Amino acid sequence: MQEMINIMKNRAIELMNDGTVARVIGWSRGEFVYDMIPTVFNSVEDVEKSFAYSDFCGSNLSKYLIEQGSKEGKTLVFLKPCDTYSFNQLLTEHRIDREKVYVVGIECQGKLNYELLKKAGVKRLVSADVEGDTVTVTDAKGTYTLPAVDVLAERCVNCKSRKHVVYDELIGQSGEVLDSHRFDMVAELEALSPTERFEFWQEQLSKCIRCNACRKVCPACTCEKCVFDNDASGIATKANSDSFEEKMYHIIRAFHVVGRCTDCGECSRVCPENIPLHLLNRKFIKDINELYGEYQAGEEAGSRNPLVSYTTDDCEPDVVYERGGNE
Amino acid sequence: MSVFKKIAIADLDKLFAKTSEKMSIYVPTDNKDGDAVYTEWKDGVKLSDAVNTLRSAKDFFFPQTENLAGFKLVGKTIEMYRTAEEKEDFVLFGVRACDVKSFAILDSVFLADPVDTFYAARREHGIVVALACNDANDTCFCKTFGIDPAEPGADVSAWKNADEMFFKANTDKGAAWLASVSDVLEDAENGEGVVADVKQSINEMMSTLPLSGLTTESFDGKNLLEAFNSPEWKDLSSTCLGCGTCTFYCPTCQCYDIREFDTGNGVKRFRCWDSCMYSDFTKMAAENPRHTQLERFRQRFMHKLVYYPMNNNGVYGCVGCGRCLAKCPISMNIVKVMKTVGKEKA
Amino acid sequence: MIDALIPTVGVVTDIRIDTPDVKTFRVVTPDGKKAFDHMPGQCAMLSIPGVGEAMFSITSSPTNTEYMEFSIKKCGCLTDWLHRMDVGQQILIRGPYGNGFPVETTFKGKDMLFIAGGIGLAPLRSVINYCRHYRENYGKIDIVYGARSSADLVDYNEIITEWVGDTDTNVHLTIDRPEDSWDGHVGFVPNFVKELGFTTDKIVILCGPPIMIKFTLAGLKEMGYVDTQVFTTMEMKMKCGIGKCGRCNIGSKYVCKDGPVFSFDQLSELPDEY
Repeated sequence: MQEMINIMKNRAIELMNDGTVARVIGWSRGEFVYDMIPTVFNSVEDVEKSFAYSDFCGSNLSKYLIEQGSKEGKTLVFLKPCDTYSFNQLLTEHRIDREKVYVVGIECQGKLNYELLKKAGVKRLVSADVEGDTVTVTDAKGTYTLPAVDVLAERCVNCKSRKHVVYDELIGQSGEVLDSHRFDMVAELEALSPTERFEFWQEQLSKCIRCNACRKVCPACTCEKCVFDNDASGIATKANSDSFEEKMYHIIRAFHVVGRCTDCGECSRVCPENIPLHLLNRKFIKDINELYGEYQAGEEAGSRNPLVSYTTDDCEPDVVYERGGNE
Repeated sequence: MSVFKKIAIADLDKLFAKTSEKMSIYVPTDNKDGDAVYTEWKDGVKLSDAVNTLRSAKDFFFPQTENLAGFKLVGKTIEMYRTAEEKEDFVLFGVRACDVKSFAILDSVFLADPVDTFYAARREHGIVVALACNDANDTCFCKTFGIDPAEPGADVSAWKNADEMFFKANTDKGAAWLASVSDVLEDAENGEGVVADVKQSINEMMSTLPLSGLTTESFDGKNLLEAFNSPEWKDLSSTCLGCGTCTFYCPTCQCYDIREFDTGNGVKRFRCWDSCMYSDFTKMAAENPRHTQLERFRQRFMHKLVYYPMNNNGVYGCVGCGRCLAKCPISMNIVKVMKTVGKEKA
Repeated sequence: MIDALIPTVGVVTDIRIDTPDVKTFRVVTPDGKKAFDHMPGQCAMLSIPGVGEAMFSITSSPTNTEYMEFSIKKCGCLTDWLHRMDVGQQILIRGPYGNGFPVETTFKGKDMLFIAGGIGLAPLRSVINYCRHYRENYGKIDIVYGARSSADLVDYNEIITEWVGDTDTNVHLTIDRPEDSWDGHVGFVPNFVKELGFTTDKIVILCGPPIMIKFTLAGLKEMGYVDTQVFTTMEMKMKCGIGKCGRCNIGSKYVCKDGPVFSFDQLSELPDEY
């Protein structure tokens, strides 16, 4: 890991020094080893002083390019494979100017979820590194290994792709699109009866505290004025004042990112109540795959998602009956 | 007779059951995710061993939403309906010292003249049973603000060791509750000694915490403009998402919005939590004095560390519960701010 | 128990068109009384269910015991609604909020210089009429008032018929650009104040658009005024009106409770965030 950090840091400094980029978006260390803060570095001194990287760098930095990319000069951004899909999608939606970004793709073996480490009994964590199927942990108890599947973020256990779909240069290896099990949980929910499924979502969504972290972190949520903040929309809400609003909020949000959501999983990562929000988005992705053929948002910049590109082969609306809908 | 009462941990259900005969009792219990959440006790609800609850306890006195009044606008006339205030007593069990202190901070806002009667009614009817912390999280730093987790205060203080839980009433309300459940409690002649031992081990545990050295020295309220104008705010806030996580999980954040909802049969005016992190928080028809995330971010920390203490005899608006440290999506938090903005002044 | 967040019903008994975008509304309780007592400079929350609620300064003087008046500029959802309503409409009202002007302490016995621009006259009208009512308690009164055009001068009728010609009172009106029918002064308020060249022993109350305040204050300082002599009223977004909802603060001060009236020396100790 230390070698990886040095390479990243040195490249950032070189590219700043030779004038290629004016700023760098990466990470710096927070209060604890597992606190990695997305950080905008505006000088070589800042990079030297506080640039950091670790297997806790789960955050997807692509959305920051909307703001940082509008500034003078190029912005260097470090993107993990899944983050590159979001980047492409942002390019597709004209939220970022490709010419103003220098993408450094970084190899990724999956990112850790500290809450899972805590639940696995880790205390006073000193370090944790992902090495293939295991995680080497050093904490108050000493150094030991844990199975990666137990402590990696769910989106990493079910990683869809280790391939960087866009980059200017790579650090480490770019992998392949994976044959993941990411739709398994969606299939399980589909197999439930409507009542059981309703109960599942009601229990999950009733936990929502309406902090808006999911919306704020989502690279597909880039509206300048969100419908939920717009009093004129008639659905402007600020708090989960009743269950109706909770359900509306997440479902409207999921509908709004359909075909554009790359399944980066940031919504579930940031949810302080651990609501598996990504499952709503995955359900839509799975449906699109089944109804219109396989489509991965962000795989290719400029691609038109099936919901905005009509073909005569598209399924008819009555497909809902074939899928068990009521007439 | 000892001032301490006790019950075997294995028998806590009896205490909860006895209380629930007369009033609701809310107990931290583990949900399916393993997070402790306050739950109304009914048979089968077990007291969580977690260091603290996922959400703070402020919800009980300052709920996320509450109706203030109802109106009907018919032609030129307005009919108005008032919302009834809470009148039922309830017990809030197992509140930690940090959250107990947060009630005092909320009180200084809501009970200051003019009194917020909705809040006051809930405070009056709530009996808080505080539980000393036998364990702490890495993120705990209540000691920084002079809070003693071994002496949690509230209406009743409770301590536990491996087998038993000990209670001591601090207020008339607390004594009345203890008396109402005396059937299931025993006099604890050994209470003094056991509680002293528990306190000692808590103090030892606390001194080993990673944030035990954090101090408030750089934030004495005398340097308001210096702290406000610090160049550090720019970098600290540069990747803030502007979500409301820190404010909603914070036990002392009490900003609210007053909004209306058209039910189709009149208009309900309600109050709901708001967040100074939101871009519309100070937005007026024509302008917004906090127009970027820098100003909003700075407001939250200046309020906790400078403005609130200036208005409240030096008491800080943070209780060190650590929820924002655990929950911020970008791992930015008040500790980082204190160390960064405070450092340059030292 | 009285809850400060719960309004009472008021009735609009008179609507006066002041300028193309300012109307003055007279409000009483349904049984014809004044809703509550107040001090000059204090505010009230007015609302229409389903439309919105906002803070407005009470423009009538406390010495008026029959009703309250609000001069309101049309600039958003609620104010549009208020401008469309007719006499007899019920509205919701709560208050009074804020500190008001120190008319019984700092101002007493002093010469008063009121400087207003546009709708900025609204909060000053209350204190001007208060000083006129208790005339013996105050020295000489000067009123400098400017607007974009003569049609934009709020309360023009009252100014001409009551203020002009009052004992020991001078009214100085100005408009931004010349008009055929205007034989008064033409020019911006800050320059007009300098041209008038007041002695520096007065209390100044300054209210108007931020740019006017900025330049007038600079001019006053050139003339020899100090911050402690100059007062203004601040405007921030408000929801509760009682210093609890947390959004109208400038540093440690809540505009709804500690303000809206501040002297410039008080403001100089606060962060520049308004």
